[in-house]
Amino acid sequence: MGPLIVSDIITQNTNFFLAFLIGIGFGFVLESSGFSSSRKLAGMFYGYDTVVLKVFFTAAIVAMLGLLFMSLFNWIDLDMVYVNPTYLWSTIIGGIIMGAGFIVGGFCPGTSFCAAAIGKIDALFFIGGIFLGIFIFTEAYPLLEGFYKGSFRGTPTLPEALGLKDGVVVLGIIIVALAMFWAGEWAEKKFPRKEY
Amino acid sequence: MSEAVKPIKKAKYINPYLGGILLGLVLIAANFVSGRGLGASGAAKSVVVATVNSVSPGHAEKALFFREYNESHPDGPMKAWLVFQMLGVIVGAFLSGAIFNRLKFKVEHSPKITSKRRIIFAVMGGILFGFGSQLGRGCTSGSALSGMGVLSLGGFISMAFIFGTAFALAWFFRKNWI
Repeated sequence: MGPLIVSDIITQNTNFFLAFLIGIGFGFVLESSGFSSSRKLAGMFYGYDTVVLKVFFTAAIVAMLGLLFMSLFNWIDLDMVYVNPTYLWSTIIGGIIMGAGFIVGGFCPGTSFCAAAIGKIDALFFIGGIFLGIFIFTEAYPLLEGFYKGSFRGTPTLPEALGLKDGVVVLGIIIVALAMFWAGEWAEKKFPRKEY
Repeated sequence: MSEAVKPIKKAKYINPYLGGILLGLVLIAANFVSGRGLGASGAAKSVVVATVNSVSPGHAEKALFFREYNESHPDGPMKAWLVFQMLGVIVGAFLSGAIFNRLKFKVEHSPKITSKRRIIFAVMGGILFGFGSQLGRGCTSGSALSGMGVLSLGGFISMAFIFGTAFALAWFFRKNWI
């Protein structure tokens, strides 16, 4: 049955309208979880607030399990769901630059829009920076193109790369996540501070 | 009398595991409807392309990046799923801020640093994140979270290097946060 747009069950305009509704859910959950505060987000990297870890990995696990079950029930055809391609080195270097941006700026793009929506002025400046950073990329693109399009490894999933079944890998991720949640709760007790 | 003038108690954040479950359901909904996950930097790219297209159409025709982008997006940069989704994000975050009484104009920063320093670092962080999200084909939402949701190897690599680098550099920027 799903994905609805790929299976032509809904029109493009309905798809955009649902995108807007899904976005409202996305923004509401991020803000109400505290992702509109850069000091709360940055707490992840000093151990005083691990909300990022808890929300991020719980969401990833729920999505993985949900999609696997929906596929088992034939509610969604996972072959028609987009799997991010793996361009090894541009992903790694891009990730390193983004990680630096995270600790320097205290937001990622999604959270900066949430923070700006409730009036955080520093988030507006971060967003200005995002536009500038993207523009720098577009202007430097002729120099970067070879690197950007190089080291393409197809669209493997983690289970394919490891040669294991999806369910086994998801179970492993759940166990790792539970261990990290435990470590996060421990760190918050060890480095306590007031709520921002 | 004193009861009535008590300041409204600042609402706390929701339980993070509940937040995670809800976010996971939103991500499932995105995949079920559109066959793709969530994203943020893609919408920012649409805004940059649309701006260049209208401010400097000559440059958009000549420059390689804009030529490639406009050829592969015949409906224009703004008629994109992520653009509508990000408009929703702004509305949703505003609603949450209104319900939980957090709407307020302010520069949030550690008491140890000035607003000016916070803003300079926010701009620099934004530049890095904007640039990195293009090189890495998506940010924390589009590449790391959505990628992991569909078990993409690229998603796990993104997640590991975004968070790994932030941890590795945390000591150097501790003055800004703790």
